Amino acid sequence: MSFSRFLPAAALAVTVGALACGGQGEMVLLNGAGATFPNIIYQKWITDYNTANPGVQLNYQSIGSGGGIQQYTDGTVDFGASDAPMTEEEMAKVEGNVLHVPMVLGAVVPTYNLPEVTEPIRFAPEALAGIYLGEITRWNDVRLRSTNPGLNLPDREIVVVRRSDGSGTTYIWTEFLSAVSPDWQSKVGTGKSVNWPVGIGGRGNEGVSATVQQTPGALGYVELGYAMINNMAVGAVRNAHGNFVTPDLSTVSEAAAGAAAAMGPDTDFRISLINAPGERTYPVASFTWLLVRRDYGQDAAKAEALVEFIWWALTQGQASAEALGYAPLPQAIMPMIEARLKEVAAGGAAVWSGASTD
Amino acid sequence: MAAGVGGTTGAGRGDTVFRILLTGLAAAIPLVFLALVAQLAWSSWPSIKAFGFRFLTSGTWDPVAGEFGAGPMIFGTLYSSLIALLLAVPLAIGVAIFLTEFAPLWLRRPVGTLVELLAAIPSVVYGLWGIFVLIPLLRTYAIPPLQAALGWTPLFSGTFYGSSMLAAGIILAVMILPYISSVSREVLAAVPPSQREAALALGATRWEAVWSAVLPYARPGLVGAVVLGLGRALGETMAVVMVIGNRHDLSVSLIEPGYTMAAVIANEFNEAAGLQRAALFEIGLVLFAVTLAVNALARFLVWRVARDSAAGSKAL
Repeated sequence: MSFSRFLPAAALAVTVGALACGGQGEMVLLNGAGATFPNIIYQKWITDYNTANPGVQLNYQSIGSGGGIQQYTDGTVDFGASDAPMTEEEMAKVEGNVLHVPMVLGAVVPTYNLPEVTEPIRFAPEALAGIYLGEITRWNDVRLRSTNPGLNLPDREIVVVRRSDGSGTTYIWTEFLSAVSPDWQSKVGTGKSVNWPVGIGGRGNEGVSATVQQTPGALGYVELGYAMINNMAVGAVRNAHGNFVTPDLSTVSEAAAGAAAAMGPDTDFRISLINAPGERTYPVASFTWLLVRRDYGQDAAKAEALVEFIWWALTQGQASAEALGYAPLPQAIMPMIEARLKEVAAGGAAVWSGASTD
Repeated sequence: MAAGVGGTTGAGRGDTVFRILLTGLAAAIPLVFLALVAQLAWSSWPSIKAFGFRFLTSGTWDPVAGEFGAGPMIFGTLYSSLIALLLAVPLAIGVAIFLTEFAPLWLRRPVGTLVELLAAIPSVVYGLWGIFVLIPLLRTYAIPPLQAALGWTPLFSGTFYGSSMLAAGIILAVMILPYISSVSREVLAAVPPSQREAALALGATRWEAVWSAVLPYARPGLVGAVVLGLGRALGETMAVVMVIGNRHDLSVSLIEPGYTMAAVIANEFNEAAGLQRAALFEIGLVLFAVTLAVNALARFLVWRVARDSAAGSKAL
């Protein structure tokens, strides 16, 4: 009976999907694990949702995207979360029994420490690749001066700073560099950690930002939300249309809207937002996904509760995003996500009929 | 048995139970040790199979291409610990000698406690102190004159970015100082007063008495204290991650960034999968082996020193 609620969560997750809970109907426990980037908003959603729906207990552990995919594959969690889509190989391991549901948007922004310069610096994508390849070593290089005619860039060495820990942030940044530079693509490639040609490594966004702030002439990359909350100097990056766009929540949402136009109605959302089309899109953006099973077998109650929570987070929950430094999803992709969520089933029967109740 | 006259059969059974219990507890430690080694070896097997001996010497660490080598990290672990020892040992033993031989009695306790308090500071705090205090100090006051004077040597070649082998070595030195110093203090305090008195009676100054009578007597214990500090330095992770720069380069320059084995595991394990994960396990295995080898070497040293000093005192 009620004492069951105090059993350790892990034991519950494995054995019991729904518990009798004195008069309030079915008690559903959902465990998830994965990406650290969206952790703040996931915890906020879980708290808010649990207040309104005490019958659903959610746990989310931010152990990293890799760990999230691992635990999802092992079946030790009900849902996973990742900043990078699962690879074909990883999809094969779960026999395709996974849906990628975008929850919010993230972006990675260049940040720098140049006391002499007060205006935002404008970076051409090739210039960023050149800096991270070690080919552009000084701030007054012609490839930086040519895009910043009004600025007096100093004759100072560029100290390249990057993440030392494996992270989705690095994945997005290197995906962008690979997209804009064939040299980067062939010499370094895309990954959560890569073989950096140059630079010093800081651990986490806070490590990179501390190193940048302590080192005159430094250039690093951090998550947009982190840069906003800490009022860091961020640069504008040229997008696919040739416009220099300063990263903010609206230009990041714009990236998803631009990509949405190109997505078919049955998209699986494993889509890159790098260099997404649109006049005002910021080019270094990405979805962050929840990994949800297509079929939950016997656990119909679990599947239904999870889908309802996700839909709540995508609708009412999006209002919390901006205050926490995340870019909300654009309206244009909501019908596509709703269509995917309707596919979630338990034992072959769909568990959710769509957004009629809200 | 005859000595335990009053022993009833009940007490005898108690003894047996006690012995079995203790034997079991004692056996658990080697078992845990073996299980640990087996688990590390098992998990790192794909990497051992793929790279073989090359893993220890190669300097490439490319998670995208799936090519892994631990050379720079093995070097960095040993090098940063060596720097730490060079800085910490004279200081720590100096503090210990001062506190046991020269300091007024009322000063011994507070200073000793202060030094030991250094060990209570969490390593992440040392890391923050390194980033926000030590590195700016080095950048402004220490590195420019050092580079001007010694820039031609390989030790100070290259550009100083802040995060560096030197910063890591200094942080490690501060962190291991309390261990070396408090053990040394105990060892020196345990030297019988007759040693000092004999030397003083022969007309030695206090300094000469310490140098020629107290220190030789205490040498095995002092070596043990240094080994304890070294063990800490080899495995220290968080503070090193924050100030060493985390670059897979092998350079003897003190002012260039480097990497250690513990640091790369802490950095990459969370998001590693497949071969990269196996390679990180293998780094763990290598770190384990290096620590073991260093400890064995140190035991040998202590044994040698103890034997020599025993022979020395006999000769006297």
